[in-house]
Amino acid sequence: MITSRADSTIPLLDMRHISKSFPGVRALDDVSLQLNRGEILALVGENGAGKSTLIKVLGGAHAPDGGEICLEGQPVRFSTPTAAQRAGVSVIYQEFNLIPDLTVRENIFLGRERTRWGLIRAAGEEREVRQLFQRIGLKIHPETRCRDLTVAQQQKVEIAKALSLHARIVVMDEPTAALATKEVEQLFAVIRDLKIHGVGIIYISHRLEEVFEVADRVMVLRDGKCVGSDEIGKVTRKKLIETMVGRSIDSEFPKHAASPGPERLRVEGLRRGDAVRDVSFSARSGEILGMAGLAGAGRTETMRLVFGADRPDAGQILVDGRPVRIRCPRDAIRHGICLLTEDRKGQGLILMHSVRENFGLPNLDRFIRGLFIDEQLERSELAEYTEGLKIKIAGQDQPAANLSGGNQQKVVLAKWLVRHADVIVFDEPTRGIDVGAKYEIYLLMNRLVEEGKAVIMISSELPEILGMSDRILVMHEGRIKGEIADVAGTTQEDILEMAIA
Amino acid sequence: MLRRIVSDYGMILVLLALCVLFSVLTLKEQMPEGAVAVRELVARVERDHAKTDVVLVVGAAKTASATLAENVGRRLKKSNFTDMHVVVGEPRDLRKVLDGITSKEKTIAAIVTAGDAVKWRVIEQIPERYPNSADFELITPRARLWPDFLKRTNLLAIVDRIVVIAVIAIGMTMVIIAAGIDLSVGSLIALSAVIGTLVMKRLGGLEAPPWAVLAGFLAGIVSCGIVGAVGGLIVARFKVAPFITTLGVMMMARGLSFMLTGGFSIYQVPKTLTWLGQGSSLGIPNTVILLVVLYAAAHVFMSRTRMGRYIYAVGGNEEAARLSGVPVGLVVVFVYAVSALAAGLGGCIQASQLNTGTPSMGVMYELYVIAAVVVGGTSLSGGSGRILGTLIGAFIISVIQNGMNLLGMESYTQQVVLGGVILGAVLLDKVRGGRRLSAFFQQQAND
Repeated sequence: MITSRADSTIPLLDMRHISKSFPGVRALDDVSLQLNRGEILALVGENGAGKSTLIKVLGGAHAPDGGEICLEGQPVRFSTPTAAQRAGVSVIYQEFNLIPDLTVRENIFLGRERTRWGLIRAAGEEREVRQLFQRIGLKIHPETRCRDLTVAQQQKVEIAKALSLHARIVVMDEPTAALATKEVEQLFAVIRDLKIHGVGIIYISHRLEEVFEVADRVMVLRDGKCVGSDEIGKVTRKKLIETMVGRSIDSEFPKHAASPGPERLRVEGLRRGDAVRDVSFSARSGEILGMAGLAGAGRTETMRLVFGADRPDAGQILVDGRPVRIRCPRDAIRHGICLLTEDRKGQGLILMHSVRENFGLPNLDRFIRGLFIDEQLERSELAEYTEGLKIKIAGQDQPAANLSGGNQQKVVLAKWLVRHADVIVFDEPTRGIDVGAKYEIYLLMNRLVEEGKAVIMISSELPEILGMSDRILVMHEGRIKGEIADVAGTTQEDILEMAIA
Repeated sequence: MLRRIVSDYGMILVLLALCVLFSVLTLKEQMPEGAVAVRELVARVERDHAKTDVVLVVGAAKTASATLAENVGRRLKKSNFTDMHVVVGEPRDLRKVLDGITSKEKTIAAIVTAGDAVKWRVIEQIPERYPNSADFELITPRARLWPDFLKRTNLLAIVDRIVVIAVIAIGMTMVIIAAGIDLSVGSLIALSAVIGTLVMKRLGGLEAPPWAVLAGFLAGIVSCGIVGAVGGLIVARFKVAPFITTLGVMMMARGLSFMLTGGFSIYQVPKTLTWLGQGSSLGIPNTVILLVVLYAAAHVFMSRTRMGRYIYAVGGNEEAARLSGVPVGLVVVFVYAVSALAAGLGGCIQASQLNTGTPSMGVMYELYVIAAVVVGGTSLSGGSGRILGTLIGAFIISVIQNGMNLLGMESYTQQVVLGGVILGAVLLDKVRGGRRLSAFFQQQAND
C-alpha cells in the first residue's frame, strides 16, 4: 500500500468534478468536495440545489455522469448503496431505513446477521449492540421494536448501525428536523464523539444556527454548483444566507407592525388526557400568536383539538364570541378555522393526487354547480392562487408529490385561503423549507394579518417565534406556562426558561 | 385525444390485441346469413328466373336461416314472384311442400337457402325422388372469410357472459379506489337472486304479474344494500379491516341464501323475469343498454361529483382527507353500500338470465370482479383508478374466456391461461406505468 492511514495530507474523501444530469436538468455541475478525518462539513443550500443528489452519488444510489470519487486516495466507484456501506460510507436519510416491526438488534444486523450453522447468534449480536449503544449514550434495550422508539432514538439506532459497519464517513440529511432541543444537544455530543474517533461527517441542515454550532467547515450549493466553501469561523449568518439564495437580503424576518382587532377565537379550559391540561387562550384578528415550547409540550395537540382532529375531554371553543360545537375538522372548517399541519406529506396533502385535486378537496362546496364540480371554476381559482402565492408548478394536474417543500406548503395554504378562513393555524410552517421559500411564507403571514385574519403559529424555532409573533404563548407539559406580550424585549433564553421550568 | 385515451386506458390496447388475435385464429369460410345475404340472394333469383318460376325459400327453424328465409320471401313477393313458397321448419316440412308441388306436375326451378338447411338430405335427394325437378338451381349465399369471433351472436355472448361481473365491478372499483376491498359480492349475488325470486313466488309464482318481477328485484337489491351499509359501518366506525368484515358478510350471506331456500332453486317465477337478462329493446339486448347506462353514469359520478372526489381522497390519504373536511366515515359506508347494491343488481341479472334463483349462484365471482378491476388499472392500494378502465378489464377477461371456448380449449387449460393473462396484463401496466413516470419527470425538468 502506497497510502497509509496515517498519511494526513491525503483527504479522507475527495469527490472531484462530479456532474450528474437527469433528463433535461443538470443536478450537479462540476462539484468538488473534500472531507478530512475528524472533520464536520456542513452542506447547505436551498431545496433543489443538489445536496441530495450529491450525497446520493456518494452513497451509491446514483451513478455520476462525470468526475471521480477517491476514498483515502483510492478511486472508488459504488454501484449500490451496499457497496458504499462496505467501503465505510453510511448515509442516514431523513426517512429512516428502519423496519418498524423488527427489533433494534435485528435492524442493525439486517442483511449481515451473525450466524453459526445458519442460525442467528442473537446473544452475540445483542452484546455488540450494547457496546455500540454505550458508546453513543443510547439507553434502550436491543430487543425493543423500532416502531416503539422516538424519532431521536431511531436516529441513534441508525448511527449505531453506521458504527457497526465501521463507517469512516457518515452523512446526515436533516438529522434534527424532528428533534427537540435537548435531543439535538445529545445528537451533537454523539457527532463530536465520532469526530474525535476520526470519522468524517457531512451534515446537511436548513437550521443555520446548528451549522454554526457544530460544523468545522461549510459548503454552499446553488443550482447544482458549489458557490462557496469556507471555515465556519470566517462566515457570518447573513453572508451564508446571501450565498445560498444568491442575492442580498435585508432581514430574515420581515415583521410588520400589527394592529390587532377584535377577538376571533377563544379557547376555554380545553383538556385531553395528559397532553392538554386546562388550556385557555384567545387569538385576535390582525395578529400573529406564536406558540412556543419543547416538542411534546402539547402545542400541536391543543390546536388539533381546536380543529376537531381529536375530541377533547372538556373545554369550550368560541368563534367571534359565540360558543361553537366542533366535533370533526369539517365543523371547524365551517366555522372558518383551518390547520396547516406540521406533517405536510402525511396529513396536509394527498401526494399522489394532483395539485388541483388537493386544492379543491376542502372547497368542493364552492365549486359545485348543481350536481357536478365546475372544473373550469376550480382551475381559474387555482390559477389565481398559484400566481398570487408564486407557487411553482408545471401544471395544475401535476402530482403534489413532485413539488418542493415550500411549494407544497403554499398549495396547502392556497386550499385554505380560497375559503377566506378567519383563523389560520400554522404548525411548524417552515420546517424543511429552504431559506428563500421561508421568507415568502413569512411575507404571506404578514399579508394574512393585514387582511385581518388571526394567525396562530406553532414553531420550535425560537428565532422564528421571536421574529414573527405579536404575542407569544409558551407551553410546557400540556399547560400554558406564560404569555409574552412584549416580544421585542424578550430573548430566546427567556422563552427557554419558561418552556423548561 | 387518441393519445390521451391510450395513456389513460392503456389496457384498451391489450383488449384490441386480444380481439385481433382471436379474430385471426377463428377466421374461416362462412356463409353469411345477414342483410347482405338477403340482398345477394334476391338479386340472383331476379337475374336467373322468371316471375312465374317455382321458387322455394327454405330456412331451418329457430336459426338465423329462418329469419333470412322470411326476409328473402318478403322481398321476392314484392317483386311479384307468383309461385314462390317460404318454408321455415324441419326437413319434413320441406318434404311435404315438395310433395305438394310435384303432385301438381310442376317442376321446381330454384331453392334458395342458407346456413344449416343447405345440408338437408331432402334437398340432396331431390334429383332421385323428383326426377322432373332434377335441374333445379340451388341458390346459396357466396361464402366469405369471416372470424367466428366477430359474429354478432358471439359478440353478444361475450356481453352476456360478463354483464354480471361488469355491473358488480362498478361498485368494486369505488371500494378499491377508497382503499378497501369487498369479498362479499359473490354471495350477495345469490342472496339477491334468492330473495328476489322468493318474493316473485309469494306474489303468484308462474302466474305472477309483471310488477312482481320489479318488486322481487327491488327486494333483492335493497336487502343487499342494507347488508353492504352495515358492513361499511363496521369498517368505518370500528376500524375492522375490510377484508375481514366482508369475509364475514360473505359467509353469512351465502349461508342465509341456503337457509332461505332450504338449499333448492326457486323455479316458480313469472315468464317476464327473463326480460332483463335475455330480452332486448329496439333491437339492442337489455344487458348491453344496462351496461352502457350504468358505466356512463358511474364515470360521470366518479369524475365530476363531490362524492366521487371524496372517494379518491379517502383512498389516497385518509388522514389528509379527514383534515380537509372530508366526511370519511360517510364515504366508507357509501362505497360498501354501492358495492352491495351493484352486487344485488348483478344477482337480479343472473336470476333473469337463468330464469331461476339458486343459493349457489355467484361462487368465486368476487375474485373475477376484483381481477376485472385490477386488470382495468385500479391500484389495490387505493387512491387511483378509473371506472372505464374496469369495463375494459371486464371485457378482457370475458374475451379471453370466449376466445378459448371458440378454439375448443379444455376448461382446465382455460383457467391456467386466464390466470396467466391477468398477471401478464397487470405486469404490463406496471412496466408502462414506470415509463410514463419517467417521461413525466423529463417533462418536469424541461419546464
